Amino acid sequence: MKQVFSNPVLVKEIKLRFRSPKSFVGILFYLIAMCIFVFGFILLTTQFTGTGYFRPEESFFMFAMLTYIQLGLILFITPGLTAGAISSEREKQTLNILLTTAQTSFQIISGKLTSSIAFLLLLLIAGLPIYSMVFLFGGVSPGQLGIIFLFFFLTMLAIGSIGIMYSTIIRKTIVSMIATYGTMIFLSAVTGFIYLVITGMNSMVAGSIASSPFGHFFASINPVVLVLTLISPGSDTFITDTTKVDFPIWAGYAIFYICITVISIFISVKKLRVNMKRTK
Amino acid sequence: MIEIKGLTKKYGSFFALNDLNLTLQEGTVFGFVGANGAGKSTTFSILATLLQPTSGDAIVNGKSVRTDASEVRKQIGYMPDFFGVYDQLKANEYLDFYGASYGISEAERKVLIPQLLELVNLTHKRYEYVDLLSRGMKQRLCLARALIHDPKVLILDEPASGLDPRARVEMRDILKQLKGMGKTILISSHILPELAEMCDEIGVIDGGRLIAHGSVADIQAQLAGERHITVKVKGLLENVATFFEEDPFVSSVELHTDKNSVTFNYRGTDDDQIDLLKKAMDHSIRIISFAETETDLEDVFMEITKGAK
Repeated sequence: MKQVFSNPVLVKEIKLRFRSPKSFVGILFYLIAMCIFVFGFILLTTQFTGTGYFRPEESFFMFAMLTYIQLGLILFITPGLTAGAISSEREKQTLNILLTTAQTSFQIISGKLTSSIAFLLLLLIAGLPIYSMVFLFGGVSPGQLGIIFLFFFLTMLAIGSIGIMYSTIIRKTIVSMIATYGTMIFLSAVTGFIYLVITGMNSMVAGSIASSPFGHFFASINPVVLVLTLISPGSDTFITDTTKVDFPIWAGYAIFYICITVISIFISVKKLRVNMKRTK
Repeated sequence: MIEIKGLTKKYGSFFALNDLNLTLQEGTVFGFVGANGAGKSTTFSILATLLQPTSGDAIVNGKSVRTDASEVRKQIGYMPDFFGVYDQLKANEYLDFYGASYGISEAERKVLIPQLLELVNLTHKRYEYVDLLSRGMKQRLCLARALIHDPKVLILDEPASGLDPRARVEMRDILKQLKGMGKTILISSHILPELAEMCDEIGVIDGGRLIAHGSVADIQAQLAGERHITVKVKGLLENVATFFEEDPFVSSVELHTDKNSVTFNYRGTDDDQIDLLKKAMDHSIRIISFAETETDLEDVFMEITKGAK
């Protein structure tokens, strides 16, 4: 445990990250983007009078939109932060020296991943005051927000692990970035499309809707669908009706993304250093 | 002690290393000589556990690079031929990071880092960002980094490459200090006379094969059988050249009209050489000097690798 908190790579990464103005500019633009949306929405709803009123349903709509904006930002920022973690060390010719130190491969990988996740968490926490605007007008419970943040964290961890894995097995950062963004797009868009195709075909072929575990699986691993089921619980029932599989979307999502995280970290740790024992 | 046994590295059908066998005793300073692509860096990369050998093994202080890679890493300090630095770290932070990476406690690092910076003459640069240091300073800092966990074995791949003469001399002085500390040092360099000065043993590698190994004197002796002689004369050079060409032990006679001298290779014994000088004097050749040219490591390298090809 002590080793995790005194991880030299983590300490070095955080130090380097906050010595670069890029990180502060990143946080600034992230907050500006959120402010534009929140205050723009409030001003539009109150018709720029400054004396208008804001109903709880509108507050809920703002919460839903903010959640999707934040999900979009997480999905786009996480690959950028992690897909070059190892490959950029390789390109800067610092990796070989790092690999000859006494640090274990897991320490190096976990240090890289934790520093990226820590920065993303900072983004989320920095955005909380803007997010909390929705509480001023009611319609959203803190528990709901907590659950959504928990799933944001799981999504960041999984996409981050995928980025680190590609960065370890692919030599060039640019290729690793493309692969990570490709996987992210597959998970967040293509899976939703596959779900629609499967359920559509299912209803056409069978006449009446038959059980479709694949359709349910693809819906379960889609972050957009997950967020929809979290902010609007009724949509969970819709997916159950269309796939005839009664398994909570959040549970399927959690299992899949935890597995993805574990597998990606495992591959990264195994592939970081050459296997000296193997005989070719 | 380092023991390399039948180390081979193949890329497809190309042998980067071919059945390399080498044993180095503790405290030896070993110079690895070879042309670009000869296999020096491949050997060092395998010793540093960065490259998997196709076959064979290397044992560093009783630990195999194949089965005990993590233990080998604790025993060695590795300095690659090309390396980068973290731009946003200061010199002392750079060493602190690597110290922590070897599990050295913060209290120990606080004592150790100033000592290492002093060893490599960088105390005055400890608060400078690493990327602002000159090439020579970066090389010295990297050497300090390789020493942070007090390794028994130092693997230095071209530590003096790209350095100006002053930086090279500074690097050489530091290496001499390390030699004095009893470290086993493996060093490769293109600056061959430098190796001759500080190494106990040298190995010449060519095409992935170790083609000569021993002390500098031993290797020079391998070339024995031919000495290189320069004769400086006064008078007509052509007659002098004809005289030496007639001797059965002489070959490759060359005239140097600008220096008024003749050079040739001589295969005879010491007595034969004395007789030759006497005969030349009797032949009324006006000799200013008659001297055997010292064969340096560069000549040895050129000669050995020429033979290998």
